[in-house]
Amino acid sequence: MPELRYTKDHEFARVDGDVATVGISDYAQRQLGDVVFVELPKVGAALQAGQSVAVVESVKAASDVFSPISGKVVEVNSALEGEPALINEDPLGRGWLFKASLDDRPAFAELMDEAAYDAFLKTLG
Amino acid sequence: MNQDAVELRRTPLHALHVELGARMGPFAGYDMPIQYPTGILAEHAQTRTRAGLFDVSHMGQALLDGPDHETTARALETLCAADVVGLSPGRQRYTQLLNAEGGIVDDLMATRPEGHDGRLFLVVNAARKEVDFERIGAALPQNVRLAVLSDRALIALQGPMAERVLIPRAPRGAIEQMKFMTARALPLGGVECHVSRSGYTGEDGFEISLPADRADAFARALIADSHVAPIGLGARDSLRLEAGLCLYGHELDETIDPVEAGLSWSIGKRRRIEGGFPGFQRISAALTKRPQRYRVGVKLEGRAPAREGADIVDAAGQKIGVVTSGGFGPSVGAAIAMGYVPRQAATPGTLLGLVVRGRILPGRVSALPFHPHAYKRD
Repeated sequence: MPELRYTKDHEFARVDGDVATVGISDYAQRQLGDVVFVELPKVGAALQAGQSVAVVESVKAASDVFSPISGKVVEVNSALEGEPALINEDPLGRGWLFKASLDDRPAFAELMDEAAYDAFLKTLG
Repeated sequence: MNQDAVELRRTPLHALHVELGARMGPFAGYDMPIQYPTGILAEHAQTRTRAGLFDVSHMGQALLDGPDHETTARALETLCAADVVGLSPGRQRYTQLLNAEGGIVDDLMATRPEGHDGRLFLVVNAARKEVDFERIGAALPQNVRLAVLSDRALIALQGPMAERVLIPRAPRGAIEQMKFMTARALPLGGVECHVSRSGYTGEDGFEISLPADRADAFARALIADSHVAPIGLGARDSLRLEAGLCLYGHELDETIDPVEAGLSWSIGKRRRIEGGFPGFQRISAALTKRPQRYRVGVKLEGRAPAREGADIVDAAGQKIGVVTSGGFGPSVGAAIAMGYVPRQAATPGTLLGLVVRGRILPGRVSALPFHPHAYKRD
């Protein structure tokens, strides 16, 4: 049963077995506006939770994506090169950024689950 | 999200923007619509294919009034290098207010309205209007007066369908007759307006000055037209960037003269010889000996945008300039930018790099505009 968690910076990680799928939340894509370009990490790159790992460029500005987990990148979403708008259309699905092996499961489990993230969003006004 | 301690000003259309679900943001001290729920890319495409309605009421509108055209025109000519005396009734001209060093204080449109001998109508940038009006007011002779029109709104309708949207709302033939950079007083949908055929998008379109208390109903009526959608400042910027148009504070500032900014076409022939504008020495030298640096367009090979402030490097990786505006051009389908480089590097086709996040993104100097203008000139 995949586990979905969110960070306060509006990234998500969905862990299924040992593999985490990472992206940005629906709230984040709405804040960003139309995405025109994504800079993804390289396959094999080491990840530290909280470190900047990718950049999403909207029409107006560039936004850092911070890795929600520690681990190693095993796959990146190459569809985003030709279709960066996938991030706007389906941020938790076809707009995924990369997949990674998960090093620190306890740290991941401490991130906000969906209910906690929704409550967090309400505090943002 | 931190709130500005200073309260933002509002245009007459503020309530309409909020009602339409616009994402608002501060610009030049005003709370302005950055985008509507449709998003910047859709708003950009709308303006290039149908008609987009822009609230530009934050900009400064003013009248100069003197005893006759020549007196008023000469008064303005002490501040800019355009041929204002030679401006015919019903015509509009683009020019810049200059400082003593020949640098640009602001860029503006000056119109000679029909039927008001001695009057000029000025539209200046929102961020500079206080500076501009103070400078103009201080330079005027006794018999020319400046009146700031703080009770008027300004709405731009831009795009290939703008004309067809206005035709049924105007006297027969009035809109069709107007060519690019002409202006006239016209009733539109029952409201007395001052209309020019001009804009900031590269498309055919109109800029409409009207009483502030009529603006909300006027805008709503236009938006109700199926060809029209409201457009925010985000798309306004991507449109003007593709059109190769300057934005004050980016391509233009008090250290940049009109020649290096690529605006020497706006300097009147008679003015080049007679002078009588601030910075004549520097501008004359730039006209005869060519400026040291020059505004260029840069088209990147990829889609990753380079933004304002990014270094421009030559083929050897040496820094030669800086980006003044940059982003993604939706109609061009590429990342584009404008900036200043040495004259030798300014030829279209020259290989350049733009430095983004420590990496050099390859590109080439591009002729401007990036997207062809569609002005109604004939």
